[in-house]
Amino acid sequence: MAKVLVVTSGKGGVGKTTSTAALGAALAQGGENVVVVDFDVGLRNLDLIMGAERRVVYDLINVVQGDAKLNQALIRDKRIENLSLLPASQTRDKDALTPEGVERVIGELREKFDWVICDSPAGIEKGALLAMRHADMAVVVTNPEVSSVRDSDRIIGMLDSKTVKAENGERMEKHLLLTRYDPGRAARNEMLKTEDVLEILSIPLLGIIPESEEVLRASNLGAPVTLNSPTSAPARAYFDAARRLKGEKVEIVVPMQRGGLMSKLFGRRVA
Amino acid sequence: MNLLALFRKKPSAPIARERLQVLLAHERGAHGQSELLAKLQEEILAVIAKHIKVSRDQVQVKLDRNEDIATLEIDIEMPDLSPLAAARH
Repeated sequence: MAKVLVVTSGKGGVGKTTSTAALGAALAQGGENVVVVDFDVGLRNLDLIMGAERRVVYDLINVVQGDAKLNQALIRDKRIENLSLLPASQTRDKDALTPEGVERVIGELREKFDWVICDSPAGIEKGALLAMRHADMAVVVTNPEVSSVRDSDRIIGMLDSKTVKAENGERMEKHLLLTRYDPGRAARNEMLKTEDVLEILSIPLLGIIPESEEVLRASNLGAPVTLNSPTSAPARAYFDAARRLKGEKVEIVVPMQRGGLMSKLFGRRVA
Repeated sequence: MNLLALFRKKPSAPIARERLQVLLAHERGAHGQSELLAKLQEEILAVIAKHIKVSRDQVQVKLDRNEDIATLEIDIEMPDLSPLAAARH
């Protein structure tokens, strides 16, 4: 059975697109058949992060409006054959996305893939609501910072009320992905700790992605970090998160760059 | 007193945590409440509209919360009642 997953946050710039690409690639690297779908109409970026920006011909809106077939719009990754991208439109406005059209496309994607990962736009408007609408589960991307936590709380409320699952009285499965985490600063009480964010948002933890230069390096090169530097700390954290998404029990640690004293101090169990 | 303490900044994360807890306790209530009120207004309007022709802004629902009691105030502005008699037949 296909799983539809929305990667959302409310706040912009916390790492939704990076995480969509990294989780999608990590699942595909583990043998799953994955599509990542960009819902950020007008401000698409998943194509760029995936390194497919020059291969976009048709997009989600073309498929929603029936101007292109799904197969014409899907872009297969050049590095992993079981990873595809459905890009957003860069020129149209978000009103071109209709609820009926999105429902139909998600239904078609469910038949083709094991995982349909929807990269939500920031905000709580129509685009974000459509991205979450048909999801079976949600990854809430949060930075350990007050405005991000507040917006995540708001988004969690919407996941529990504005999705098809919620309207049918079912429980939406929600997971917290804490990104840009700096264990050193958290230990010095300069940054919210994992426990603080978990206590405030009270949803289960999917993973902790440490702040790392490898993330920017990967996006500079147009490759998900799990592909570009699979042994780096953020990549290992994404691999672990992907295994947890599949239901595996994996102990949560904050991976650190290997070998240093810091990794001995902070590479310990946290939750 | 430790001299170093003069130069060390006070840890800010516990303050962030406390501010968030206070704020979200308030906001969660407010969002839940406004949705409840919107739903109440919608359903009351539907019931009244079955019998009387009223517009959306003629039905107001307000929730006031004091320390001990909360009151729900439903204000329905009635139109001229003659169409009501007409509607019955």
